[in-house]
Amino acid sequence: MDFELMINSFPKLLNAAVITLKLLTVSLVVGLFVGLLFAILRLNKNIFINKFAYGYSYVFRGTPLLVQIFIIYFGLGQIEYLRTTFLWVILKEPYWCAIIAFALNTGAYTSEILRSAFQTIKPGVIEAGQSLGISNKIIFYKIQIPIAIRQSLPAYGNEIILMMKGTSLASTVTLMDLTGVAKYIISTTFKPIEVFIVAGGIYLFMTFIIHNVIKFLEKKYSFN
Amino acid sequence: MELLAFGDTGWGDELFYATLMTIAVSITAMIIGFSFAAIFTPLKLSKNKFLNLLANSYTTLIRGVPELLVIYLFFFGGTGAVMYVASIFGYNEYIEINAFVTGAFAIGIISGAYSTEVFRGAVQSIDKGQFEAANVLGLSKFGKFIKIILPQTLRLAIPNLSNVWQITLKDTSLISVTGLVEIMRQSYVAAGSTRDPLFFYSFAAVLYLLLTFFSMKLINRLEIRYSRGY
Repeated sequence: MDFELMINSFPKLLNAAVITLKLLTVSLVVGLFVGLLFAILRLNKNIFINKFAYGYSYVFRGTPLLVQIFIIYFGLGQIEYLRTTFLWVILKEPYWCAIIAFALNTGAYTSEILRSAFQTIKPGVIEAGQSLGISNKIIFYKIQIPIAIRQSLPAYGNEIILMMKGTSLASTVTLMDLTGVAKYIISTTFKPIEVFIVAGGIYLFMTFIIHNVIKFLEKKYSFN
Repeated sequence: MELLAFGDTGWGDELFYATLMTIAVSITAMIIGFSFAAIFTPLKLSKNKFLNLLANSYTTLIRGVPELLVIYLFFFGGTGAVMYVASIFGYNEYIEINAFVTGAFAIGIISGAYSTEVFRGAVQSIDKGQFEAANVLGLSKFGKFIKIILPQTLRLAIPNLSNVWQITLKDTSLISVTGLVEIMRQSYVAAGSTRDPLFFYSFAAVLYLLLTFFSMKLINRLEIRYSRGY
């Protein structure tokens, strides 16, 4: 055991963890909107819109995240036309490519979570709103969405932790996140176990925090 | 389309073998995972606090740390660990572990943590009366497990195990960082040499989709078979 290496690499890994957290937060926020959008599309009665939303979530849940990042980072740059548009400003940056991939990926899972939450809302709740004379739009925003969010909290908590682990793939497109830095230190010092303990410890700590925050929110927003 | 031709002119045969490799790694990893689950599920269910802690640390650690980090640990640390163990037995030559073994083991340990949770949940949701009835019938501990508990556990576990299988299948793409030639690695090589990453990575995505689609069909049939009588 090389304790000196562990102590020396700790600040470097902690700095890298900030990048991991940044990637995670931005992709979760974007992914939540993507997920909500596709969950609503899934509940649409129009079969084409419905099937389109289903296809999106099927493709993104059925393929590895690594493939998705590579298609966006290496693949899209190949299209000549894209290079001339303003999109290229975003797509040439590995940081944004990673975020787009993460957001689309977590969006697919989130849409499934939210869809099932919407479907478990009892019709009586909506009927109660209607008989009070509340418009359908207000019922959706003020009644259905809050209930759905409460219902989906446990599953969404799992998704946040899965996504946090997913951000480690950013290191494959040259981003120096926690895993990227850990790999760099391992490959220069050849002390995998020490670095794994420190980096894994930081990851576990983040998992622990997320887990407890979700638990707290679940309690706070529980029905009784 | 000529990019996918079989033989020396295209990447068809290479990608085909790479797909077989992905399937082989996934199945091996799944089996290794089951062996881990077979050890850790009883520990999780045991009344001994220490054994409980042991099993819980395994599942918590693996489920809280990114797969890629675990793979790096095995990739960089696997050779050293094996050589250390060998040196205890007096063997001091260099030992090279091949990428398949490292990869399957790393993914297997990850998959094992998920399988453990699934089996624990399944055993716990079996009706208590079943255990009592088995006791009343005077079945031995082994007989009780084989004839009563295991078949019911399997039935309850299959839907969740199919999720574990999907996760495992997708995780094998990460082994490409160690150089094992599976779908992802082969697409990377092909994309590099043809300068057509969009096509090859999209094709890789299609291959993964086909794998998940057909394995789901198969698992559904298994599920129906195990639910006979319900």
